[in-house]
Formats: sequence, C-alpha cells, structure tokens
Amino acid sequence: MSMTRSSRLIASGIAVMLIVGGAMAFAIVWRPVIPAIDPPTPHAFDAALIKRGRDLAAIGNCNECHTVRGGKNFAGGLPVPTPFGTIYSSNITPDAETGIGQWSEAAFRRAMHDGVNRKGEHLYPTFPYDHFTHVSDEDDRALYAFLMTRQPVHAPARENQIFFPLNQRPVIAGWKLLFLRRDTYQPDAAKSAEWNRGAYLVAGLAHCGACHTPRNKLGAERVNAQFAGGDVDNWLAYALNDRSHAPVPWDADALYMYLRSGWHPDHGTARGPMAQVVSNLSSVPDSDVRAIAIYMADISGAPTPDRKREGEAALAQARSPSQASQTDLAGATIYAGACASCHETSRPLPYGGVNLALSTAVSSPDPRNLANVVLSGVSAVEGERSPIMPGFADSMNDTQMAALLNYLRARFSKQPAWTGVEKTVADARRAVTVYLQTSAGPRSAPADPTQRDKP
Amino acid sequence: MMTLKVNGREHQVDADPDTPLLYVLRDDIKLNAAKFGCGLGQCGSCAVIVDGTAVLSCVTPMILLEGKQVTTLEGLGSVSEPAPIQRAFIEEQAAQCGYCIPGMMMRAQALLLKNSKPTDAEIRAALEQHLCRCGTHMRILRAVRRAARLMETADAAATTNRSAQ
Amino acid sequence: MNASLILDRRRVLAGGGALIVSFSLTSAFAQDQAPAAMPPPKPPGSLAATAYLDSWIRIDADGSITVFTGKAELGQGFRTAFQQIAAEELDLPFESLKVITADTKLTPNEGYTAGSRSMQDSGTAIKNAAAQVRELLVAEAAKRLDLPAENLRTENGAVISPDGRRLSYGELVAADMLHVQAQPKSRLKDPATLKVMGQPVRRVDIPAKVTGGAAYVQDMRLPGMVHARVVRPPSYGAQLTECDSSAVEKLAGVVKVVRDGSFLAVVAEKEFQSIKAMNALSSAAKWKESANLPNQDDLLNVLTHLPSQDSTVFQRSDPSVSWGESIEATYTRPYQLHGSIGPSCAVAQLADDAMTVWTHTQGVYPDRQAIAEMLRMPPASVRLIHVEGSGCYGHNGADDAAADAALIARALPGRPVRVQWMREQEHAWEPFGPAMVTKLKASLDSNGKIADWHFDVWSNTHSMRPGGAGSMLAAQHMAQPFAVPAPRPLPLPEGGGDRNAIPIYTFPNAQVVHHFIPAMPLRISALRALGAYHNVFSIESFMDELAGLADVDPVEFRLKHLEDQRGRAVIEKAALGFGWKSGQKAPQDRGFGFAFARYKNLAAYCAVASEVEVNRETGRPRLVRAVAAVDSGQVVNPDGLINQIEGAIVQSMSWTLYESVTFDDTRITSIDWQTYPILRFNAVPDSIEVHIIDRPGQPFLGSGETGQGPAAASIANAIANATGKRLRNLPLTRKRIKEAIDA
Ligand code: FES
Ligand code: FES
Repeated sequence: MSMTRSSRLIASGIAVMLIVGGAMAFAIVWRPVIPAIDPPTPHAFDAALIKRGRDLAAIGNCNECHTVRGGKNFAGGLPVPTPFGTIYSSNITPDAETGIGQWSEAAFRRAMHDGVNRKGEHLYPTFPYDHFTHVSDEDDRALYAFLMTRQPVHAPARENQIFFPLNQRPVIAGWKLLFLRRDTYQPDAAKSAEWNRGAYLVAGLAHCGACHTPRNKLGAERVNAQFAGGDVDNWLAYALNDRSHAPVPWDADALYMYLRSGWHPDHGTARGPMAQVVSNLSSVPDSDVRAIAIYMADISGAPTPDRKREGEAALAQARSPSQASQTDLAGATIYAGACASCHETSRPLPYGGVNLALSTAVSSPDPRNLANVVLSGVSAVEGERSPIMPGFADSMNDTQMAALLNYLRARFSKQPAWTGVEKTVADARRAVTVYLQTSAGPRSAPADPTQRDKP
Repeated sequence: MMTLKVNGREHQVDADPDTPLLYVLRDDIKLNAAKFGCGLGQCGSCAVIVDGTAVLSCVTPMILLEGKQVTTLEGLGSVSEPAPIQRAFIEEQAAQCGYCIPGMMMRAQALLLKNSKPTDAEIRAALEQHLCRCGTHMRILRAVRRAARLMETADAAATTNRSAQ
Repeated sequence: MNASLILDRRRVLAGGGALIVSFSLTSAFAQDQAPAAMPPPKPPGSLAATAYLDSWIRIDADGSITVFTGKAELGQGFRTAFQQIAAEELDLPFESLKVITADTKLTPNEGYTAGSRSMQDSGTAIKNAAAQVRELLVAEAAKRLDLPAENLRTENGAVISPDGRRLSYGELVAADMLHVQAQPKSRLKDPATLKVMGQPVRRVDIPAKVTGGAAYVQDMRLPGMVHARVVRPPSYGAQLTECDSSAVEKLAGVVKVVRDGSFLAVVAEKEFQSIKAMNALSSAAKWKESANLPNQDDLLNVLTHLPSQDSTVFQRSDPSVSWGESIEATYTRPYQLHGSIGPSCAVAQLADDAMTVWTHTQGVYPDRQAIAEMLRMPPASVRLIHVEGSGCYGHNGADDAAADAALIARALPGRPVRVQWMREQEHAWEPFGPAMVTKLKASLDSNGKIADWHFDVWSNTHSMRPGGAGSMLAAQHMAQPFAVPAPRPLPLPEGGGDRNAIPIYTFPNAQVVHHFIPAMPLRISALRALGAYHNVFSIESFMDELAGLADVDPVEFRLKHLEDQRGRAVIEKAALGFGWKSGQKAPQDRGFGFAFARYKNLAAYCAVASEVEVNRETGRPRLVRAVAAVDSGQVVNPDGLINQIEGAIVQSMSWTLYESVTFDDTRITSIDWQTYPILRFNAVPDSIEVHIIDRPGQPFLGSGETGQGPAAASIANAIANATGKRLRNLPLTRKRIKEAIDA
C-alpha cells in the first residue's frame, strides 16, 4: 500500500506539526515491550484454526506485501515507496531472530490493533492497522496460528529510508492520534448477517479502502471520500462508490464473479495489484467473497436510471462495435494491427481481450491504467490458465502510444478526451518497470476457461 | 506503398499500414526466420529486432515502423559467416525442430546488445515470452551464455583491430 | 536430381526376378537381428520390407552418393544420424553424402516415423545396406584387380589395393550393380574401429535453421503460390448450415472461397489477406452444433464407464508365494496436446492431373493412400514429399493440413496452395493424446517384496493415423464425407494403451488387463510415448508407494525386483550421477524422486532422478535438477541422444505439471497458450544431466520417447517426497499440490 504521491514539501511541513502533536504527551507515545516467548511449535495450534487463519490471510492479501519476487514466503523486504521515503515490509515468519517467532499472541494482536510491534515501537501505517484494528480477537488468533505455523525464514529487516523527522517513530503516535480509530466492528442490526460479514471484512482485514479510498496529505484515508478511488503503484484504484467510471454499473453478482474468478464479461480482467487480490480470493470460502460483494454493491448504491441507460448503451456498443472514427487514422491503424486480433475476435473473456467499450480503463478519468496495461501487457501466470497480452513498450514510442490511447478513448468511451496522455505514458513507462521488478504476485489472475456463452 | 528498412536494405512494400510486420517479412520480403506461431503475441516465434529492441512482429503493424530499422536473423549472419549468436547456437546444438529458435535468438541478441553480461535470471526473464515445445531450453540458455562470451571476444577483437590501425 | 532414373529402372525390372548375389561373410556383428527361427532369415530393420539395396543407397558414376530413408526428420536429428551410419559403413567422409528423406516418389516405404523406431528400422537398414554395398564394391574391385577381396580395403570413397591402386566407388559402380536384394547378414564394421558413428557430429539441419534458411514446409514459396486458410467448425460434428460468402469474395486479394459440405476455406494472394478473409468468412458462417462432450472434471468415471473390450495381456502366478494386506491406487491422465509451436502447414499443387503435396506428415505413403482416396484419384497420381515442420511429437495436425491443402488445390488447378492452420485451430482440432485411467493393486510378502500385482488400464486406441481418408478432417467434413475408421487397439509387444503396462520387474503373481475403449468422445491419436507415459507414471509412482510401505529406499526397492542387467546398470548410473543415497533426506521444501522404465519393454532404457522444490504456501513446484541415464544400444550421435533425453524430460515436466485439454459440453475450450499453458523459461530447471551407457555392437534402441514416462514419475515421486502427499491425477498442478498440502 503506498500513500498518495504528494509533494515532499507539504509533507514535511505537516510533519513538524506532528512532532508537536507527538510531543504533547509521553503517554500517547510510549508502549511497553511485550516479553519474548519461545517460538511455539506448530503442533501447539489446532488444524481448523490454522485453516481459518489461512483463509483470513488470503482475504488480508498478506502475501502481497510480505513476499518479494523470488523471495521466501512472508519473509518481507518489499520496498513500498511513499512520499516520505521507502518503507520495507517486515518478516512475519516465525523466525525467532528476524521474524515474529518471539511474539506472543498478545503482541500480535497489539500490532494488528494498535500498530505497535512487540518491542513497543510504533509501526508505519503502510501496515494498514487503521483497518486491521477492526479485526476481531478471534480472527487475530486464527491469523496468529496460521503465521506461527509457517516456515521460519531468517531474513533481517531492511533499513527503511525515511526522511527526518518521519524517521522518528514517535511521530507515528501523533499520526495515530489523528487518524487511527480503534474499534472492533459493530454489526448493523438492520442489515443481513451476510451484509454485516461483508462490512466487517471490507473495513477490516480486506482493507479495500487502503487502495480505493483517496488519502490526505498525511497519507490517511479521507473519511468523507470513502471508495472514491485511490492510487497504488502508479495504478488508479477505481472508485467503487457512485463515482465509479465503469461503463456498466456493478452489481453484487458481477462483483462476486469478478472477485472470485478475476474477471467479468461486462467489466474485464483484474490486473496490476488487483490481480494478486483476486488470486488470493479464489481460495477463500465462497460465502466470504459473496458477503464482500453484497456489502460493496449495497454501499455503492443502486445505479440511477441515467447510469443504467449508459450501461445498456455500452453493452449495445460492445455487441455491435461502432465504426472506427476517421479522425485519428494513426490510432485506428495501430489498433487494427496490434489490438484487434484479440480484442475483436468476439472471443469471450478472460481470454478474448475485453471489449473495450466495456473497459473501465478506457472510461477512467485518467489514462494511467490503460497506459500501464498497453505498455507491459499481461504476462502469463506460470503453468496456469491465465490471460496473456503482449506488452507494447518496445514497439510503440510515447507518441504512438498516446495516439492509440486517445483513439481508444474517443472510440470506446462516452467521456471527454484525456489531456497530457503522452506525459502519462512516459511516467507509466518508468513506474511499470519498478513495479514489475518487485511485486511477487501474479500480474494477472489465473482463470477458469470454461465460460463460453458470454458476449 | 511503404518503405521498410530491413537488414540495412530499403524495401518498397505494398501492404496496408495495419498489416503486421510478420507477414510483410515473410510474404513481401520473402524472409524465413520470423515464424508464425500464434499471431496473438503469446509464443515469441515471430520476434525480430526493431531499433535494437526485440518486438513481436505478429502484433506490430507496419505503421509503427516508419523510419525504423528492422533486423531479422538473416541480417545477423549467414551459414558461411555466422554472427556470434548464430555460432553459439550451432556450437551448443541448441535446436531440436528449431522452429522457436529464430525468435529466441533475436530476443537474446537484443538482450546482449543492452547487457553484455546478463545473469541467468536475466536471460530467463528475457526469454519468458518465448515458448519451445521440444524442450530445448537447457541448450538455449547455454547458447545465450556462450553468445555473450563470443560477442565479448568479438568486441575485444574489433577493438584491438581498430587500435592496431 | 535425377530421381526418375531409379523409378524407370525399377519398372523395367519389376517381376523380372532379382539377381541375388552371394558373398561369404566371415564375421558379423550384432546389428544383424536375423531371427533364429526356421523360415529363411530376413535382412534386418526395414530391409526386410524393402530389400533392394538401391532403394537405400545410390552411387552415381561421378561418385556422388545418396542415401534414401522412408523416415522423416522431425527435429530429432535422424538425417544426421543416418548420414553418420552410412558414412561409417561405406568408409566415406561424413560431408560427402546426401540423405533424401520420405518422398513417395523416391524413398522406400517405411510406414510412419513413429514409436522411436527410426533408428531401429531405418538406421539398421541403412547400416546393413551400406555395409553390403561396400562389400559389393570391394567384390567388384577384386574382380577388376584380380586380387582376393580380403586384401582390399576401403577408404575415403575408394577401394584400395595393398600396392596402393585406387578404384573410386564411382568408377566401380555399374548399371544395376546395387539392384540386388539385401542379404540377411552383413559384414559390419568392428565397433572398436568406428570413426564417424559414436561421435557427437553436428546436425546438418541446424545451420539453416539458425540463419533463416528455408528449413520448413512453412517456408516454402513456389512460383504462383497462393495462401489458404480453412474455417473450421466451432466444434466436433458441427454442420455448416449457411454461409453467404459473396462479401468475402470481394475482399482484397481473395482468389476463391472453397466450400464442400462443411469444409470451408478461402484462398488469397497474400497470407495476411487470407487471414482477414478467413475472419470475415468465419463471421458469415452459421453452424449447427451439438452438445456431445463428456464432463471434463470426471474423466475417471467417464472412461471407466464407457463400453470396453477387455483383455488380459499378462498373467503370471506362483501359488507358493503368500502375501499380506494389499494397497490400491488409481491414477488418471487428462487429454493432452502435441502443441507444436508452428501450426500445421502444407503446400499442394494439382498439375497435369497429378497432385503433389509437400507435408510434414510422419507417413508419406499412408497419407498418399488417404489423400488419393479422398480425392478419388489413383495413388500413383499423388505424390507426397516430406518437408520438415515444427516438431510434432506424434500425430498432430500435419496429415489434416495436407488433406486441406490437397482439397483446396484441387479447386485451383495449376496453382500451388499453401495452407497454414491458425493457433486456435491447431489447439482445438489436432488429435489429442488420449485420457487414461489406471488402477493398481499390490501386496508385499513378509520380506517386503512385491508378491502380487494387478494393473488395469482404460484407454482409447493411441493411433488414428491415416488409414484411409476418413482419418482426416477435410474428408470428414466434405459433402460426401468419409467415415472415421473404426479404432483398433495397437498390438503388443509395442502396444498402445497398454504400452509399458506389463511391468519390467519380476513379480511372482501378476495380472495386467487392458480395457480398450472404442468410443472416442474427443478426437485423439498418437502422442509421444503413447500409453507408456501414463503407464510408467502409474507403475513407477506405485513402486514408490510400495517402497514406502516396505520401508525400503526406492532405488533399492526397484533393484530388488529387477533382473534385467542393462536395466539395473541404468538405474545404478542415474542414482550415482544424482548422488542418491539410501535414507537421505532432501533439503527443506525439496524432495528427491526416482523412476525407471525400458520403453515398450524392448527399446531404450531410461532412469531419471530428480530434485523438486515445492513452495508450501502457493503449492508451486519447481524441478530443480534432473539426472538421467540412458542405454539405447549402440550410440550413433551421443550429443543428439542427450538432446533428445533433455528435451523429453523438459517436455514431460510440462505435461506432468501443467497440461490438460479443457472442454465444455460442446466445444474444446483450450485453444491457445492462455488456455493451455505450457512450460515457460522461469520454470526451467537449473540443470539436467544425461549419462549415456554406450553398447557398441548392440542393436540401436529407439530413444526419442523413452524419457517421457520416467521423467513424469520421477517428478511425481519427488513431489510426494517433498510434501508427504501422493498426487495421482495428472497434471500435478500448483492448485492440486496446494490442496494436498493444506488438506
Ligand atoms: S507468432 Fe507472434 S507471438 Fe506467437
Ligand atoms: S526446438 Fe522445437 S520448438 Fe523449440
């Protein structure tokens, strides 16, 4: 989870203010050491508890941040760039020396709940304890059982590269004072059990808002803009609320299918950081995925009649593609030669190439995601059925790619033209390279190939 | 009519600008090395070098090639005068049916142009888009490593020659 | 090339009674495989069927020498190996020979290039023919020089007398001198003196392949050639109900739309034009489909419930042996693809009422028969010429593409027509390697040895190669279609579904039953190693399960049951090369596995030891290293052999870990590399070592397919060793491994 890339200047100005806040009371800052324990043996945990922990860890997407490409599971070391410097994820294997082997369950729960490590140090909120604080003790216990039964890996933490004064951990206590709302989830009696389950998971472990809610200058989620869309690793995490730009409005069924299998015929295929999320969700209990879908669909509200009509129009366009516009001949030609062989074969998703009239990336307020995908493509998941798209970074220069992107926007969306596309492409070129080198997760989601009778 | 520069020669080509390069190379310019494997950008057998970088010619329309230099395996060397990469593949006997090999070689050549001493991981990463069904992978890796060594010696020789002149 | 000469001469001589030469043979090495039985001994290998020496070797007066083989080069390096063999026995420099491969006008009919038999059949024939030709040349020289043949030697294409007089082969050869029938025995080179054979000679085909030379049928360009694409039905049995092709006919470059029943194709001047036209034609075509496919997730029940013809192919019993409790296991294999990287392709031309087809088929003669039948032409008017294609690994789309090209070319007399399949067509329409089920049951005696063994295998046939037009898609789709020929089980000892079903180990009580399933819900045919892949996977997995039960090291356990000395040597060599130690423990998250088989129980021996790493969280397996040992008799080209075994291990690893054909109730859904993933470079092992046990003087044993089964079982055993969980359903995917670990 990275924070918004905002200007370093503003950040440090506000940080000074934080120091003041942090200095206000020692009591706010200080946390006791929790005594070390001998790492528990794997047999100390109940198998059913471990299994539940495994599912919860998948919902929490823990492996995405705590495993690096080519590295050992949960051994940490993933660089997370933030406006304040680079923070490295920690080793959460039960290694006594470098992992959490000496952590008691209470220490683990405190980290989840308060963002404080066993030694009493405040953790950077790149570890999303602003969400994990809502996780129930029971679930923390299962997660603890799961992690403590993983293979211990000796992997010392990498030194964070944070600028002063944010490299002073007590500062974080000030941040928490401002932004951390510690409470366990309170069910809403007016709603169904399923809805409540979904709400609990979304607010807590699944930490959807960490990506999909915009952040303020201090890197905290903006409470009044929940799910209005956020940034992560140069991807735009789409708005999930009524500001969604999906050409066809989402409903619970569509969300469920998408989260479960990584794609939906009316919306496309999960890519970027979302690929890892859906890849993890493919193994968790069905009921949890459904609960998340039901909750999310409900809070984003039923689409307005206008929105519905737009959705139907997009579906109609997808079924009978409009003629290529004559205004942008270069873009049209590139599309015909490089894209149409997959995107216009009427072959169903996830292997046919999304019909671009249905693509959120094309209708999105900025062209970043589209640029990312066209540049780096979607690479095969080792040995698994998964969509493949070749990247075009090496065959198109920024101008050519901008021509293509502008053409796609004009032909396949109802939205106004983008500006500064060429610069976005250039920026994306740089960012994509970094992301591809570090994240261990799949860059596309494995998918079942049995769907056929879809548009 | 379009002008296409391939292996240092200019060709006048009568093809629509959306025609993928692969077909122009095979049909119009009558070159053999770039192969049709999938036409979908999934297998790598059509790879050629454009301005120093490997691209999949089956998804590269002609319009993208204005003013660019295309190099195919034919442009690197010949049976009588093989380029280092070609020598390396012959010396390692890195082919079974060989259908995938030209694409592999162009990708490897592009890698070695940018990185003369690639690690094993870098070679594998570069070749990841390329499929070989015969299972010649071990030899392909060896051949790329050998090519790196041969190119180094060739470079060294070239430098010596230049300085001797 | 002056090929017609041979044919004409043969015609003249046909029925004229052969001149049988005889010359004394003082010694003969083991290449002669003449049976000891009473009927007159036959010459070895394919010489038995095509006995005239000039069918195999031609010497022109100018001294140029050509070797003919009915086998096709499929990327295994046969052309080079045959050239080595002939050069060796003829005492010629390797480079001075030319090898002509499968061509119905020029070469002997050697049926199919299949079953790892090329070295056995053709290699043996060429070796013996070459030796006998040499004898004839020496005899002729002896006559001319008036010296005893024993005093003459051959060197560098000439016979040389003790006083240094030289008579070149070209001078010696007279009109019909080589038109004689081969003898059962040949005077072969002493294996100790071999110069060209046994050397890692560089393959002759590689230079063109790495420099962009025309190396494949895909690279053919004949004057006036046009490009065709076929529009295949969307599913098996689909009928073309409607197709308005008028718009397609007007597209740029389109020459013709060819329709015959449900066979639909379009021809254009340029290749990309034909692809565009194919897409347009495909949109215009309406099909009637039917939902006939079985449940892909329940192949075990699907296969074992189809009607089957059961036969006990092996039975042994020793009532004196008693045993304890038995264990049972069921193994399954899905449908799997050949998955050639280059889609199938052929070029055909109808000229002067004669059809010529350039094809990468494995059997030019059987295919000629089938195409002639489809076109209702006399076989003599059809010529098939083998031109290399992308590696095929068995019966892929090659023959179908040849039929497509012939059918389209018939509609455009005079013009050469090149057809190449699209990727999706190759994936969906090639005949798959059949799904299989094996059920095993065995018990140990009180000494921990296997006392009783039961093996049941359910399978389709493993070859639907053209035996008649009905084997080919084009003929099946024509308005007057040819029926698919009735499938037959392939007879033992080679076998099809029961290939390698009979254990090579010695068990006092054993029974092997082959449940042959005639019905073929999916289109299937020969895939490299046929039934041996799954049978060896099953037997060698089960051997490990039993070794575990007996608490004996798996290698030791195998040796305890194996009498075959060459087999034992191969096992020991692989174990030694790997550093296998009884009771060893693999490093954390890793496992060691071992497996062994003799292909078909009569070809090459192969053992594979492997080290596999399994990621406990994701379930992802990785073959870290493999060490193989192989005994394929006398080795012709050691580097070629190593290349074959390396390739077999890597390919088998891909089959074993990743691959299965998918389908819904109507259509095949695995139609490209997204939906049918295979190995990519990130999963390639760190190292593969191949150790050869050379057996000079021993017959050639085919080795192209010997690695598939042992590699699969070795990997499966290593995964079991790493995880403590036994996986019995192929492929051993990440997901299945993860589920087993988490269970
Ligand atoms: S043919 Fe271009 S990637 Fe396969
Ligand atoms: S050598 Fe045959 S596909 Fe690679």
